[in-house]
Amino acid sequence: MVRKRLGSWDVLVIVVLAVVVVVSSAAVEGFASSRFWGFLLLDVIPIALIALPMTLVIITGEIDLSVASVLGLSSAVMGQLWTAGVPLPLILPLILVFGMVLGAVNGLFVTGFGLPSLAVTIGTLALYRGLAYVVLGDKAVADFPPTWTGNMIEALPGTTVPWMAATVAGLAIVFGIVLHATPVGRALYAMGNNEQAATFSGISVARTKFWLFVLTATVAALAGFFWTMRYASARADNGAGLELSVVAAVLLGGVSIFGGRGSLLGVIAGVLLLITLRNALQLADVPADTLTIVTGTLLIISVVGPNSAAMLRSRLRRRRPATTPAAGG
Amino acid sequence: MTTTTRAAAPPPPTRARGDVRGARRLFVVRELGIALALVLLVAVTAVYNPRFLNAQSRKDLMLGATILVVLAVGQAIVVITRNVDLSVGSVLGLSAFATGKLFVALPDAPIVLAFLAGIGIGLLCGAVNGALIALARVPALVVTLGTLYVFRGIDYSWAAGQQINAADMPGGFKRLGTQTLLGIPVLALFAIVVLLIAGFYLRSYRSGRELYAIGSDPAAARLSGIRVGWRVFTAMTVCGGLAGLAGVLYAARFGTLDAAAGTGIELNVVAAVVVGGVAIFGGSGSVYGAALGAVLLSTIGSALPVLRIDPFWQQAVVGALILAAIGLDRALTARIASRLRGRREVRGA
Amino acid sequence: MRGMRTPRMRLGASVVALSALMLSATACASDDGDTPAAGGDASAGASGQIKEGLSVAFLPKQVNNPYFTVSDNGGKAAVEEFKGEYKEVGPSEASASSQVSYINTLTQQGSDVIAISANDPNAICGAVNQARQGGAKVVTFDSDTNKDCRDLFINQVTAEGIAENQVKLISDQIGGEGKIAILSATANATNQNAWIELMKAELKKPEYSKIELVTTVYGNDEDQKSFQETQGLLSSYPDLKGIISPTTVGVAAAARYLSGSQYKGKVALTGLGTPNQMREFVKDGTVKNFALWSPADLGYLAAYAGAALASGMITGKEGEKFTAGKLGEYTIGADGVVVLGPPTVFDAANIDQFDF
Repeated sequence: MVRKRLGSWDVLVIVVLAVVVVVSSAAVEGFASSRFWGFLLLDVIPIALIALPMTLVIITGEIDLSVASVLGLSSAVMGQLWTAGVPLPLILPLILVFGMVLGAVNGLFVTGFGLPSLAVTIGTLALYRGLAYVVLGDKAVADFPPTWTGNMIEALPGTTVPWMAATVAGLAIVFGIVLHATPVGRALYAMGNNEQAATFSGISVARTKFWLFVLTATVAALAGFFWTMRYASARADNGAGLELSVVAAVLLGGVSIFGGRGSLLGVIAGVLLLITLRNALQLADVPADTLTIVTGTLLIISVVGPNSAAMLRSRLRRRRPATTPAAGG
Repeated sequence: MTTTTRAAAPPPPTRARGDVRGARRLFVVRELGIALALVLLVAVTAVYNPRFLNAQSRKDLMLGATILVVLAVGQAIVVITRNVDLSVGSVLGLSAFATGKLFVALPDAPIVLAFLAGIGIGLLCGAVNGALIALARVPALVVTLGTLYVFRGIDYSWAAGQQINAADMPGGFKRLGTQTLLGIPVLALFAIVVLLIAGFYLRSYRSGRELYAIGSDPAAARLSGIRVGWRVFTAMTVCGGLAGLAGVLYAARFGTLDAAAGTGIELNVVAAVVVGGVAIFGGSGSVYGAALGAVLLSTIGSALPVLRIDPFWQQAVVGALILAAIGLDRALTARIASRLRGRREVRGA
Repeated sequence: MRGMRTPRMRLGASVVALSALMLSATACASDDGDTPAAGGDASAGASGQIKEGLSVAFLPKQVNNPYFTVSDNGGKAAVEEFKGEYKEVGPSEASASSQVSYINTLTQQGSDVIAISANDPNAICGAVNQARQGGAKVVTFDSDTNKDCRDLFINQVTAEGIAENQVKLISDQIGGEGKIAILSATANATNQNAWIELMKAELKKPEYSKIELVTTVYGNDEDQKSFQETQGLLSSYPDLKGIISPTTVGVAAAARYLSGSQYKGKVALTGLGTPNQMREFVKDGTVKNFALWSPADLGYLAAYAGAALASGMITGKEGEKFTAGKLGEYTIGADGVVVLGPPTVFDAANIDQFDF
C-alpha cells in the first residue's frame, strides 16, 4: 500500500531535499551546525503540525484555508483566558475544545449545508481572524510563566531536537498509519477520487468530512497553543498567512489539489524542503523579497510539475501500451 | 434528471442548467437583495449621523468603492469561468508602483501613458497566470496563490524600500483623484465605464456567454467546441489588466505609494464577488452583482467608523457576510431546483 | 537612496576626546572576545576605540518600509565610518514571529551587533537572549523590547517630549480651544500608546483646559485605512477642530484626505511626519507644521551605540557615556535608554532644508 502511494513526485521531492541539504552544507556557512537544525525544527513545527490533517482534507478533495485564523483566534482566546486567571493546564484542553467548535462550524457549512469548502473557509478565514481582533483587540498578552514558554522550545535531553518536534513526529506516524494502512485512509482516497462511488460503496462521506474539518481545526488550535508559548505572546495576528505555507508544503509534497492522490511521507518531505530552503537562503543573506519569490515559484512548480509529469506519462502510456504502470518508489 | 441525485448528495459544484428565465430571475433577486442591504446600511448610518450623506461624504463613498469595483468586475469574469485570481492585490501593487516610477523618471509624461503602462503591466501579469492555467492545466487557485507571492516579491525588489510621494506626481494626474464630473468623482467614472462594458459583453456576446458555459461544466464546454483554454487565458488576462487599471487609479487617489499597496485586498475582492452572488464554482452570477458586493463592502468599511463601532469588527463582518451570501445562494438554488423538478415531473406525468 | 540631511554637531571635539579617555578605564570588562565573526584587530577594544570589522546587522520591523530604509541607511553610514560590516535583513511583513527567524539566523552567523526595531516587546525576547548568549550585543531602536532582553534602547525622543510637542502644536493651531482627535497607528504599538497616555496627561494642564480629546482611532499604519479613518472622524465629529496623528503613515494620509476635501484649512492637522511626504501639504496650506526626529540619525546612533558595546567601551549601565560620530556624545539613562534628542518642527519656512 505504502509503496504504491509513493509516486515518483514524492521521491523527487525527497531527492531535491537531500540535494538542498548537501549543497547547503557545503556552500552555506553555519548550515551544518546543530543550532541551525534546532532553530529549523522550531520553525517546522507549526507548519508540519497543521499539514498533517490538511493532507487528509486535500486528499478528500476539500480544502481548509481557515487554519491560520483558527490558530490566531485560539491564541487570542488563550490570552483572554490567561488574563482572566485560568491556569495553563486547564487552558490547553479548553483551547482544543474551542478548536473543535471552530472546525465543526466549517464542517457544518461544508457537509451540512453542502457548500464548497473553498468559499466556506475563505469566509471563516476572515471571520475567525476578525473575531480574534474582537477578542483581544490589538493588544498582546505576554505574561505567561517562563517555565511553560521555555519548555515549549526546550530540547529533549542530550539532543537539539525540541520536544514539541518529537510530539509532531509521533503524530505524523499516527497520521501516516491511519492514512496508509487502515480502511479509514482508503476511504479518504476513495472520496477524493470519486465521491459518488465512495458514497455508493457505503462510506459516509459527509460524516467523515465533517470530522476531518473538526480534526483540522483542533490541530490548528494546538498549533496556536504552541505558537503562543513559543513566542510568549498571545496576539490576534499570530500566524497570519500561515495557511499559504501549509497549503504550499502539502502540494509541494505531491498531494493533488483535485484530491485522491498523495502520501504523508511526501508531505513531510515537502514541509522540510520548504523550511530548509527558506532558512538556508536566509542564512546565506538572501533578502526577504527573493524569499517571497522563491516561495511562490515553489508553489507553482509543485502543481505544474506533477501535472505536466502526469500529462507526459499518460501521453507516453498511450503511445506504448502495456508497459510499466506508474513508477514506483 | 441530474437534479435528483444532486438533492441527495451534497453539491457537486455544478448547478441546475436549463431554465434560463429562472436563473435570470435568481440573479435579479440576488442583486436586489444586495442593493436592499446597501440601502438599509446607508439609511441606518445616515439616520445615526446625517453627515454620512453630505456631498463630501457621498464623494468619499464613491471614491472608496472605485478600486474595489474595478477589481471585482475582473474577478467576477474569472470566477464565472470557475477559476479565481488571488494575485490581484500584488498586480495592483506592481502597477501602482510602476505608475509612480514612471512619473519619477518622466515628470512630464502624459497621463495616458501612465494608464497604458499600468494596464500593460496588469495584462502581462494576467497573461502569465492565464498561460500557466491554460497550458499546464493547473488550478487557478494554486497558480495565483503562487504568483501572489512572486509579483509582490518583484514589486518589493524593485522598490527596495523606496516610497513615491505625492510631490513626485504631476498635478494633472493627482487632480484625477479629486475632480468630479456632475457630482461623480472622475475615478468612479472609470469604474462605471468598466462595469458597463463588462456587463454588456458578458450578456450580449457569444464569447461572453461561453464563459458561463465553461464555468457550468468545463468538460461539456470543451466537447461542444468551445476553446476553453483560450477563453480562460483571455479571462485571466483581462482580470490582470483591470487589476493594472486599479493600480493606476490607486496611484491617482492615494498619491503616496510604496511596494505594499494593495496587500491583502484579494480577500475583499473575492468576498465582494461571492457576496455579489457569483458562484465560487462558476457558471452563474453577474458583474453587476459583484460590483454591488464591492460597493456594499466598502460602504461597510466607511460606515463602521461613522457608527462608532469598534473597527476590529470589520473583518469579522466581512467573513460573516461571505458565509451568509453563500448560504443564501445555496438556499435559492435549492428552491429553484425543486421548483424546476416539480415542473418537470408534471410535464413527464 | 536619498540624500541625508546636514549633520548636526552636538559637542566639541575636546569633550569627545575627554570622554573617550574616561571610558577607557571601564572598558572591555565584558566577555565577548571570541565572537566568531569579529575580525577586529587585537590592539583595539581596550583603548576605548571602536573595533574595526565589527559585523553590524540592522533588523527593522519590516524591510521595504521607507521609514526604516532611511534609518537603516543612517546606520549604514555609521558602520562605514567605523569600518564595520553592515547588513540589513528582515521580514517583508511586520510580524514578530518572522523577526524571530531572522534573529536566529543572525545568531548563527555570529553577528557582533544586532540593531532591531521590535514588532512585539515580548515575542522576540527568547530569540534575542539566545543571540546575546552567542556573543551579540543587541540594541533596540524606534520600538523597544522588554528592558531585560536588550543591552540598550535608542529612543528617538522621550515620550514626554513627543506629548508636549504635539499638544503644543495643535493647541497653537486651533487657538487653544475646541475638539481634537488622535489618529494613531495600531492599538498595541507600544510607543504610540505611551505617547497618547502622556498627551492625555498633558491636556489636563490648565492652559489646555478648553481642548477636548474626543476619540482615538487607529489607521493601523496602513495608508488606505488611515485615510478612511480620517474620513470617518470628520463625518462623525462635525465640530472637530484638529487632528493629531503621531505616525508618519497616518499624518500623510490624513493630510491627503484634508487637502482634497472641504475641510482643507478649516481642520488643523499636526503629527509626526517626514518632510518629503508632507512638503506638498505644508505648501498648499493643509498643514501648518508637524514634527519628527531624524530617522537617519536614529539608525546612526544605534549603530554607534552597538559598536561601543561590542568594543567593550560601554556596558549599558546608567551614566556611561559614548560618542556617536557626527552626533557627538550621549549618556545612557535609566533602564539602558539613550535619547536621540528633541524632535524637529517643520513648517513652510524650513521644510525645504530637509530631504528624507
